[in-house]
Amino acid sequence: MSESTNGTNGTNGREDQSLAYAPVAGTEGAKRGTTKLKIFRGDAEGGEFVEYETDMIEGMVVLDAVLNIQAEQAPDLAVRWNCKAAHCGSCSAEVNGRPTLMCKQRVNEYEGEIRVQPMQAFPVIKDLVSDVSWNYEVSRSMTPFTTSQQAPFTMYEEDVERLYEPKSCIECFMCQDVCHVLRTHHKHPEFAGPRFFVRGQWLEMHPMDEANRLEYLKDGGGGIGYCNITKCCTEVCPVGIKITDNSIIPLKERVADEYYDPAKWLMRKIRGRKGSRNGSSNGG
Amino acid sequence: MSAIAAAWKRLPWWVEPMTVVFVLTAFGLYSFAVIVLYQGQYEQYISPFFSFTATMELPGWVPGFITAPMLLLWIPLGFRATCYYYRKAYYRAFFWDPPACQSKAQQREPRSPENYNGERALFVLNNVHRYFFYASIFVVAFLWYEAFYTVFTPDGFQIAVGSLFWFVNIILVSAYTFSCHSFRHLIGGNMDCYSCNRGGNIRRKIYSGVSRLNENGGHARWAWLSLFSLLLTDIYLRFIAAGVIQDYVLIPFGG
Amino acid sequence: METNGTRENYEVREHDVLIIGAGGAGLRAAISAAERGFSVGIVTKSLLGKAHTVMAEGGIATALGNVDPEDGWRTHFMDTMKSGKFINNWRMAEIHAKESPDRVYELEQWGALFNRTPEGKISQRPFGGHTYRRLAHIGDRTGLEMIRTLQEKVLATDAEVFMETTVTKLLKKDGRVVGALAYTRESGKFIHFKAKAVVMATGGWGKIFKVTSNSWEGTGDGVILSYDVGAELVDMEMMQFHPTGMVWPPGVRGLLVTEGVRGEGGLLRNAEGRRYMEDYDPEKMELSTRDVVARANYTEVQAGRGSEHGGVYLDITHLGYEGIMKKLPTMYHQFKNLADIDISEEPMEVFPTVHYTMGGVKVDPETCASTVPGLFAAGEVAGGLHGANRLGGNSLSDLLVFGKRAGDGAMAYIEESTHSVDIDEADLQAELRRVLEPLEKKEEGESPYLLQQELQEVMMEHANMMRNEDSLKEGLGKVLGLKDRMEKISVPGSRLFNPGWHTAQDVRYLITISEIIVRTALERRERRGAQWRLDYDGPDEDLGKINFIVTRDAQGEVGIERREIEPMPGHLADLFEEAKV
Ligand SMILES: Cc1cc2nc3c(=O)[nH]c(=O)nc-3n(C[C@H](O)[C@H](O)[C@H](O)COP(=O)(O)OP(=O)(O)OC[C@H]3O[C@@H](n4cnc5c(N)ncnc54)[C@H](O)[C@@H]3O)c2cc1C
Ligand code: SF4
Ligand code: SF4
Ligand code: FES
Ligand code: FES
Repeated sequence: MSESTNGTNGTNGREDQSLAYAPVAGTEGAKRGTTKLKIFRGDAEGGEFVEYETDMIEGMVVLDAVLNIQAEQAPDLAVRWNCKAAHCGSCSAEVNGRPTLMCKQRVNEYEGEIRVQPMQAFPVIKDLVSDVSWNYEVSRSMTPFTTSQQAPFTMYEEDVERLYEPKSCIECFMCQDVCHVLRTHHKHPEFAGPRFFVRGQWLEMHPMDEANRLEYLKDGGGGIGYCNITKCCTEVCPVGIKITDNSIIPLKERVADEYYDPAKWLMRKIRGRKGSRNGSSNGG
Repeated sequence: MSAIAAAWKRLPWWVEPMTVVFVLTAFGLYSFAVIVLYQGQYEQYISPFFSFTATMELPGWVPGFITAPMLLLWIPLGFRATCYYYRKAYYRAFFWDPPACQSKAQQREPRSPENYNGERALFVLNNVHRYFFYASIFVVAFLWYEAFYTVFTPDGFQIAVGSLFWFVNIILVSAYTFSCHSFRHLIGGNMDCYSCNRGGNIRRKIYSGVSRLNENGGHARWAWLSLFSLLLTDIYLRFIAAGVIQDYVLIPFGG
Repeated sequence: METNGTRENYEVREHDVLIIGAGGAGLRAAISAAERGFSVGIVTKSLLGKAHTVMAEGGIATALGNVDPEDGWRTHFMDTMKSGKFINNWRMAEIHAKESPDRVYELEQWGALFNRTPEGKISQRPFGGHTYRRLAHIGDRTGLEMIRTLQEKVLATDAEVFMETTVTKLLKKDGRVVGALAYTRESGKFIHFKAKAVVMATGGWGKIFKVTSNSWEGTGDGVILSYDVGAELVDMEMMQFHPTGMVWPPGVRGLLVTEGVRGEGGLLRNAEGRRYMEDYDPEKMELSTRDVVARANYTEVQAGRGSEHGGVYLDITHLGYEGIMKKLPTMYHQFKNLADIDISEEPMEVFPTVHYTMGGVKVDPETCASTVPGLFAAGEVAGGLHGANRLGGNSLSDLLVFGKRAGDGAMAYIEESTHSVDIDEADLQAELRRVLEPLEKKEEGESPYLLQQELQEVMMEHANMMRNEDSLKEGLGKVLGLKDRMEKISVPGSRLFNPGWHTAQDVRYLITISEIIVRTALERRERRGAQWRLDYDGPDEDLGKINFIVTRDAQGEVGIERREIEPMPGHLADLFEEAKV
């Protein structure tokens, strides 16, 4: 097919008509032998690792390999993906026991075996796909942005710059997957997980937000006390959010202000103001 | 540096928690021995483990197993024990909750789901960390005083190798103390809008400074470095006191 | 698996309005409806928050006038019309320019955060073809901010979201659309959605081309589902090629390099080091409209002045590491991670990539109603606003403005009419059988993946940015050949999350759309915006007054009609007159 790219087609002499036959981009010239992957094949009932061999293409990521295998050898291999550019957070899986965005992880960075399996903190549906719907339930349970002010807001860069980091979360749920509170201890009903502490952080720190989520974070399903700040979530976040340092600990400190600090408690009693926070537009 | 970090990452997962266990245990034993068995002062040098208690006389009714530095030591001990970084370190290393993040390591976590309470049961007490921070400010002040004392001695001004130890130590201890997460919260983390409040701008600037000190593992780095500097400073004191080495004077009196 | 002939089971769900698609347009429509107390169902092929909208980087075009106070809806309107080469629907362009500021402020009201100006307002950046600095943005992940805000807003309502559910057919009764049939990807179970009105918001169809910035979802389901029930389509020949997609390594070919790079001052150079945009648009240079820059890039490479891997160079090194991390962090990581290129030190290699579909379901500008009662459409799947070429950033604002109008329009329609939403069991069963067919074929047939790949290659070669009659006709022949083979698709495996089966559904849409595109491209014998016929010299005055309208004719074939564009009313036409003086 690519031959016709060069073939001129002179129906009229006005312009080079061959431009109407565009090159079809192929992978020729980028093949670098083959590579092997062990991929989990199975469903909720169980399954096994199956080894596949596929072409190694220069610069290939794990997702490329999986999709090649799907197109050529295993049409029913279930996998999630969308953007292929680490923007959407769909392609989370565990590669060699570590949560990884498959579209971001180069194949040639592994020496030896590559084992791909679905995230383990959630029920497996099939192959590389697990059921992450629980996360959306948690999202629903959290008070959304609430304000009595009317946009357009006057907000300054220096007041909001620290919110850009939590806002960049792509909801890959890998932090949820790696968190031992969920993964090992299955505290799903009582614990929102690092992803939602990240969300809680920007909500609580937003200059215009007026809701108070501290009660939720402490007891109402947030369960932030279950987090023992062991930082596995921070280690896996593909967009580099310092989840523990910048989201969880600041929220733990705010919870401490409200529930564990006798001096602050006394002050609130004396001043007769409850729940007001420093500098919040409602706080005064 | 990054090569070392990369090599460190490639080691088996248990190396890191085991190293932490070893270092913290060794430090604990050393400091215990020092405060029970030894003196806190030699010439112009005051051990950072003792600080102002070095010259303290305990009243007679105090039982013998309590020594003066114990009146002070609960502050740095409590500060570090409730520090967010050390919490991570000991939950991982001593409790294996979890020991590391790879799935293999997480499977080793000994606690069953029913027994896991995180920081909701006993460890909820760690929330008092901010009070230890307040107390630590005094300790830091004394350590600065004692560092200056090593150069402005009663006999006049001098700089010896020992002073360098004392200054490096207090700088690291200060960096550790003022990169504290609780401090970061109290100085600006708890504000939602700096420009809406009087004095907000100053607080934002301090907050940014603290954040810079704290971020990218900064606080953990200060935690370890200040631990080692405490240790080395004290060892240095023991060595010159025992005459094992000579304190080399760089700039002598009146110089 | 059930054997042939038995009755297939399905679940029934009833909602006032069914919204197909959870991109920006679908979610915005859902909010409108849910806030007014209607029962809303939303279906999406992916998880919530993963639609194309999340990938948008550059920003939302809206004339807030925060950075350039001279800006206003009039200039935005004129820019949009000029870029669309005046075949856009002027009323849509007017509504879009007037209402987008409110829609953006509404996002802010719901918690969206944009970069700020020193005065504390929403900051705006320049973009190709926009007279003023106009794009509200947050770094280079504006789409993420937008979809997350809308998603969280939707989750705070009672709207029900059916994730990973694919609609395969719109159901019609007495001339009205009254629901849809869908299957859940996870389990392969069917759902019959009964709804008084349906809003189509399924996005575009970039996936008919091999090199595209679109994800697997971009298969144009909605446009064919609507076409199947008789809706009119407009401007289907107009496909937008984004000038800058990645070219190397092969796995990322086509991934978008945001126009924000040029907005922030990125320079285009060929292998000879020349800023060749001087030859194509000396005035606007790199910030010319997308059709112009894309053709320039394509021509340079075809003329042998391309880079090592067949692209041109895009250079943003002047911003330095700090500047890039502030303005374009995502781009930095994308190149660093995937191509081993540090864009603060080296130029990027880029080449045009298929990006957006200007055409789509023809809608009424006020209500977004299609020509079939009960069916509304908004977002990329709808046509008209962008004409022959979309301006960067005009899509996100389109989603908000017309998403809201579609939601409102559907509500008004429901309030006015009472009609039954029941469907003949036999019709449902026939559709279920059709959907299951590829799974039930026992003999080995065509692979849906390979068929899709072949189609993508055909479209790449023959219906690319520059077209002529010979090439298009050759392409049409090949597409029709693939259409015949489509019947033979078979896939192994069960119904449980089986991507092969899912792809088998998509292939039908892709092939039908390709046929429509090639046929309309053959009709538009001129050079206008994205449609560039090498065998014709320039724009044709008569063709500039018409849209090509496509409907399914009585024989089920592609019917094409030339339809006069209504002349612009005085108050809009005068704007252009004034500008000339
Ligand atoms: C990489 C990239 C960058 C972009 N950058 C910008 C930018 O900076 N500025 C700008 O203005 N525009 C930009 N665009 C364009 C813009 O993002 C899209 O045009 C817009 O997001 C389309 O939104 P939508 O709501 O119409 O559809 P989409 O966001 O595509 O959503 C379609 C929805 O429909 C669902 N769906 C499809 N078919 C079915 C079916 N059969 N059954 C059920 N559900 C179905 C999908 O699952 C999805 O939820 C960009 C596009 C891309 C790809
Ligand atoms: S730091 Fe907390 S939230 Fe993060 S993984 Fe550890 S326990 Fe979970
Ligand atoms: S915080 Fe990071 S790891 Fe967690 S969901 Fe968001 S992007 Fe993923
Ligand atoms: S596919 Fe979007 S993050 Fe990997
Ligand atoms: S957090 Fe470590 S000292 Fe406070």
